[in-house]
Amino acid sequence: MTEDALVIAGQKFASRLIMGTGGAPSLEVLDQALAASGTELTTVAMRRLDPAQRGSVLDVLRARNIQVLPNTAGCYTAGEAVLTARLAREALGTDWVKLEVISDERTLLPDPIETFDAAERLVADGFVVLPYIGDDPALARRLEQAGCAAVMPLGAPIGSGLGIRNPHNIELIVEAAQVPVILDAGIGTASDAALAMELGCDAVLLASAVTRAQRPDLMAAAMRSAVEAGRQARQAGRIPRRRYAEASSPLTP
Amino acid sequence: MMNVIINGTPYDLPDGTTVAQAVARLTTATTGVAVAVNEEVVTRGSWDSTRLTERDRVEVLTAVQGG
Repeated sequence: MTEDALVIAGQKFASRLIMGTGGAPSLEVLDQALAASGTELTTVAMRRLDPAQRGSVLDVLRARNIQVLPNTAGCYTAGEAVLTARLAREALGTDWVKLEVISDERTLLPDPIETFDAAERLVADGFVVLPYIGDDPALARRLEQAGCAAVMPLGAPIGSGLGIRNPHNIELIVEAAQVPVILDAGIGTASDAALAMELGCDAVLLASAVTRAQRPDLMAAAMRSAVEAGRQARQAGRIPRRRYAEASSPLTP
Repeated sequence: MMNVIINGTPYDLPDGTTVAQAVARLTTATTGVAVAVNEEVVTRGSWDSTRLTERDRVEVLTAVQGG
C-alpha cells in the first residue's frame, strides 16, 4: 500500500478514483473502463431482479477484485433509502452505503432533509454511510457530526458534465471536514477531476464522464491520471495567483 | 390459493408458500439477492421458514449498474 492512501472508515485504498457503473453500453465496455481507471471501490444500484437478465455487474467487480459500494439511487424518502441500504447489506454482504436521496427527477439534486434523516438512522444501524449532498458546508458538517464516514458533495448535477460549479464551497467543506471529502457528480472531463483534487478533495466519484464517453477505457485512464496529478499538485502547494508578472529569468543582462 | 405481489406482478400461489419458493420463481441465484416482504427485510436464513400470506408485497432485489 502506498504511503498516501485514501482512508475511509479505517480502510485503505491506493486509488482515489471511485467509479460508478451506470451508463456503460455493455458489461464488456464497463470491465475495460474499470480496469483502465485503477479503481478499488465502485458503486452499484439495487433494483428489482429481472429474470431475463444475463450476466451481472457483480461478476465484473468480483473478477477485478473491486470492492462494491451499493447506493440508494432512486429513493425519494429516508424510509426508502434505509430499506434499500438494508437490502443491499443483505444481498451484497457489505455495510457500506452511498446514501443518495433525490428531490426530483429533473435535477436529481439530493434532498438534504431526507438525506440527513436517513444518515442518522443508518449510522445507528451500524452502516458506514457516505452521503451524496449538495455543495453545502453546513450540511457537510452536520453529517460528519452525525457519524458519516465521508461526505460527498456534488460538483454539478448527476450526469450533467458541468464540472465544479462552486469551487469556493468545495474548499470550505474541505477546510472544515475531518472525514474524507469525495467530489461526487458533475465531472465532465479530466480537468474537472484534477480541479477537485487540487481543491483538496480526498477522492473523486464519477461514472457518466467515463461510461458515456466515446472511448470509455481511454477516458478512464485520463481520469486516473487527472486524479493523481491533482492530488500531487495539491500536496506540492501551488504558487499564489498574482496580478502582475513575477520574472522567472533575470531582468538584467 | 392466495394472491401475492412479487416485484409488482400479482401471482396466485399455493397457501403456505415460503419466501424461498417465491424467490425460486424468479431466479436460481442464491447470492447477490435480497428480499423484503411488506417493506421489511427477510434475511437469507429466514427464507425457508417465512410463509407468505394473502396480499403480501414481496420485493426481490439485486445489484445492477448504477451510480
